[in-house]
Amino acid sequence: MTATSNTPVLEVRDLSVRFSTNDGAVYAVNQVGFTLGRGQTLGIVGESGSGKSQTMLAMMGLLARNGAATGQVLHHGRNLLGLPPAALNAVRGDRIAMIFQDPMTSLNPYLTVERQMTEVLELHRGLSRREARVRAVAALDAVKIPDAKRRIDFYPHEFSGGMRQRVMIAMALLCEPEVLIADEPTTALDATVQAQIVQLLRELQRDHGTAIVMITHDLGVVAGLCDQVMVMYGGRVMEHASADDVFHRPTHPYTRGLLAAVPRLDSGAGALVSIPGNPPNMNALPPGCPFSARCRFALDRCVSTMPLLQPLSPGSPTLRACHRAVAELDALEAADA
Amino acid sequence: MPDARTPLLSVRDLRVHFKVRDRKAWPWTPAATLKAVDGVSFDLEPGETLGIVGESGCGKSTLARACLNLIPATGGQVRWQGKLLRPDDHAAWLAARRDIQIIFQDPLASLNPRMTVARIIGEPLRIHRPELSDGQVHDKVLAVMAEVGLTPHQINRYPHEFSGGQCQRIGIARALILEPRLIVCDEPVSALDVSIRAQIVNLLQELQRRKGLALIFIAHDLAVVKHISDRVLVLYLGKAMEMARGEALYARPGHPYTEALLSAIPIPDPRIERGKVLQLLPGDMPSPIAPPSGCVFRTRCPKAIERCADEVPALRALDSQTAAACVLAVERAG
Repeated sequence: MTATSNTPVLEVRDLSVRFSTNDGAVYAVNQVGFTLGRGQTLGIVGESGSGKSQTMLAMMGLLARNGAATGQVLHHGRNLLGLPPAALNAVRGDRIAMIFQDPMTSLNPYLTVERQMTEVLELHRGLSRREARVRAVAALDAVKIPDAKRRIDFYPHEFSGGMRQRVMIAMALLCEPEVLIADEPTTALDATVQAQIVQLLRELQRDHGTAIVMITHDLGVVAGLCDQVMVMYGGRVMEHASADDVFHRPTHPYTRGLLAAVPRLDSGAGALVSIPGNPPNMNALPPGCPFSARCRFALDRCVSTMPLLQPLSPGSPTLRACHRAVAELDALEAADA
Repeated sequence: MPDARTPLLSVRDLRVHFKVRDRKAWPWTPAATLKAVDGVSFDLEPGETLGIVGESGCGKSTLARACLNLIPATGGQVRWQGKLLRPDDHAAWLAARRDIQIIFQDPLASLNPRMTVARIIGEPLRIHRPELSDGQVHDKVLAVMAEVGLTPHQINRYPHEFSGGQCQRIGIARALILEPRLIVCDEPVSALDVSIRAQIVNLLQELQRRKGLALIFIAHDLAVVKHISDRVLVLYLGKAMEMARGEALYARPGHPYTEALLSAIPIPDPRIERGKVLQLLPGDMPSPIAPPSGCVFRTRCPKAIERCADEVPALRALDSQTAAACVLAVERAG
C-alpha cells in the first residue's frame, strides 16, 4: 500500500444491504467498509452468496427493486447512497465505472460497439458523434483490439469472449474514471485470455492511476493484482489485510481454509484440505459468525454472537472477525497436524 | 477375458468432424467442415487418471463424448478392453456403458428437475439391470448415497433443494451405481465454489482409490488437473499438442503451447505473481472452420518458423515421460 493517502477516492462505511423476500428479510451484506486511495487495488474474495457482488451493486445504486442499502459510500466525501438518479448518472460511467463478468449480457446486442461507446462520451463529455468516435477508436486501441478502426462497427456477437471483455474495459475507461469496479471480469475467460486481461488492467492502472476494486473468487488473480484483500463470507467481512498478509499470514480460519483448498501449480500432490459442509443459506444465518457451521475451531460463542471486525493488535492494519486468537488457531492447527 | 496388458480404453486417430453451413452462403456452396477433434489417440490403463486440458473450443468435451459415442465419431477407433466399438453398434455400446459413465459440468442442469434423488440415482439400474426389484434398487441407491456423502433422509428430495456441490454428489452417485470401471468427468468442478471444489476432487480421488476406477478428467483449470491426473493430454484446436506424465508436464513442458498455458495460470502467492514474467499469447484462437496450415498453433506460437506452416507435426516421444507435437521439440534424456 502506498503511504501517499491524501483524501481517499472512495470510502465505504458500514454498508449493509437488505432484501425483502417472500421468505422474510435477507441480510446480504452487513457493515462492510473500506477506503480506496488513488491507484490502489482492493481485491474482494468470496464464494457465491458471500455478498461481494451485492456490495458493489449497492455502491453503484444498482440493487434489485426489493433491495435497500444503508450506510455511506463516499466519493470524494460525497455520499452516493440516496442520490437522485440524475446525480448518480453523472458519476456512474464517468468517475466510477464498472465491468461485469459476462460481457455478452452486459453489452447491448442490438447496437454496434461504436454506438454503445460514443453514447458514453456524448452523454458525459458532450462530444459530437464524430469526436466521440475518434476517442472510442483510441480506447479500443489502448486495450489492444487489433484493427480497431474497422472493428468498432461490429456488433458484440462478432467478437470473441476475450475481445468482448476488452470492449467492456475500453468502454469503462472512456471517461478515465478514478475507480474501476471489476466484478469477476475474467471468470468466463480462458486462462491465456485471463492472463491478457489481468496484464491489461495492471498497465491501465500504472498509466492512469485508476483505483480498482476487483471482485473474484480466484485467489491467483488477487495475488497478482491487488494491494489489499477483503475476504467475505455470508455477507460479512471475515478478514481485511494487505495482500501479503492475507496470503502469507492469514489470521482467519476461513481464509486459511480457502488457501488450503486451492490446488497450486507449484506444489506437490498432497490431498487438498477441503472445508466441510455447504455454503450458507442466507435465509437462515446463525446469529453469530456465518462461518461457524463449517469452522473446525468454532466455539459455542461463535454460533451465538457475531465477532466484531477488529484490528489484529492495536494499530495493526489487519482486520479480522474471529473470537479465537491467532495464537490459539496456530496451536490447534499444529495439534491437528 | 482381456489379458492384463490390454488397456481399458484405447482410442486411435479419433476424428469428430461437423458439417457447418453458413446461412449467408448460396445453397449450392459446399458446407464447411469443422474439425472439433482431429486425429487424437491415447490409451487408458485400469485405475489411471488421464487429464485433458485446453481452452474453450479446443474439443475436449467433444473428445470425451465421442469416447462414449454420445457424439458419433466420424473417423478412428474406440476399443473398450480390446473390443472395437463401432459408432452404429448400439447393442455393444449399451453393454459398454455399464462400465463407462460420465458426469457433467453443470450439476443442476444435468439432473432432471422432476425426478427425486432416488429415481435419478436408480435410473441407470432400471435400464441396465431390469431384473432388480424395487427394494434392491432402493438399497443400492442408499448405499451409493452414503459413499458420496449424502444422507439417507435426502432420498426423496428434488434437485433444486440441493446446493451445487451436493448436486454434483448426486451426479457422481448416479455414475457410480452401475459400478463402472471408467468415469469420464467433463469439467466436474468448474461450476463449484473453491471450498466445495476441494470436497468433490477429494471424493473422486477417494472413490478411485477404493474402487480402482479409471478417470478421464477434463478441465480448463490446470492446477486441478495436475492435482488429480497421472497423465495429461493438452489439446488445441482439436489436435493433441502434448501428452505427458503429470509432474513432467509441469516441470518440463515439451510444447510451446503448454508453456504458455502454464505461465498464464496465476499462483495464489503475491510474491510469485508480482515478479512473474508472463508469456502472453498474441491474439485469439483461430476459427476451427479454417485452421492454419501445418501446425494449428503456429499463428500464436512465439517460436514459430517457416517450416511450421508446411508440416503437420506428429506427436512424438521426447523422453520416457513426454510426447509433444512440435517440429522444434528436441528429444532429451530421461
